[in-house]
Amino acid sequence: MTDYEWFAGIQVVILVAIGGFLGANARFGVGLVSPGLSGTFVANVTGSFVLGFVVYEAMYTDYLTDRSRLLVSTGFLSSYTTYSTFAYQTVTVEPLVGLINVAASYSCGFAGVVLGRWVALRIRGGSRE
Amino acid sequence: MSDPVLLVGFGGAIGALGRYTVTTLVEGERFPLSTFLVNVLGSFLLGLVLFADVAESIQLFVGVGACGAFTTFSTFSVDTVRLVEEGHVRTATIYALGNVLVSVTAIGIAWVLVA
Repeated sequence: MTDYEWFAGIQVVILVAIGGFLGANARFGVGLVSPGLSGTFVANVTGSFVLGFVVYEAMYTDYLTDRSRLLVSTGFLSSYTTYSTFAYQTVTVEPLVGLINVAASYSCGFAGVVLGRWVALRIRGGSRE
Repeated sequence: MSDPVLLVGFGGAIGALGRYTVTTLVEGERFPLSTFLVNVLGSFLLGLVLFADVAESIQLFVGVGACGAFTTFSTFSVDTVRLVEEGHVRTATIYALGNVLVSVTAIGIAWVLVA
């Protein structure tokens, strides 16, 4: 391994760790404001929207550098959203509420991704004018 | 160390690095296996921590921080939408239902083991 590869590897670790530190705290903060199912729902849907934007932004406009994308998507957004708390809350509430939680989180999460992509496309359209 | 921000934050950093490591090790050309694996493993671990009724600082560090960051809903959503758009509707359905059913089962197993 060359010095450059070693340095690049350390950079990746630091960026993902910083993103994880901040993302987990952002979700924790949302949970304090809105405890229980609703806070997890808000974090998961808003995180899906922003990740949808970032992923498709990479395809359409490429404003973000690889390093900032690693910090924002792999580090921050993937840590800001959570599947474990979502699954745990789903099984520990009444079955009907759990089912509604899954249906609402899935449909709004997927819609968030599609909306994020739409915003990315709009920005591409704007930048070409 | 009892500051919630540090507990959640350092747990989150460890969880994010763990997820990143799994994604670099696990291939998933047709099926997003790495996200499925972290979601199921993280749900199991969260179940163990919460059912075991451990100290609040451990719940924040391991549960909210590490498990919360190790698992991901945003990547799961992007994966599913991408599968649908590429025409793999059946794979997307299996993936979406598989994530929730296997994660919930993993939490059930954690409950049997601990509670």
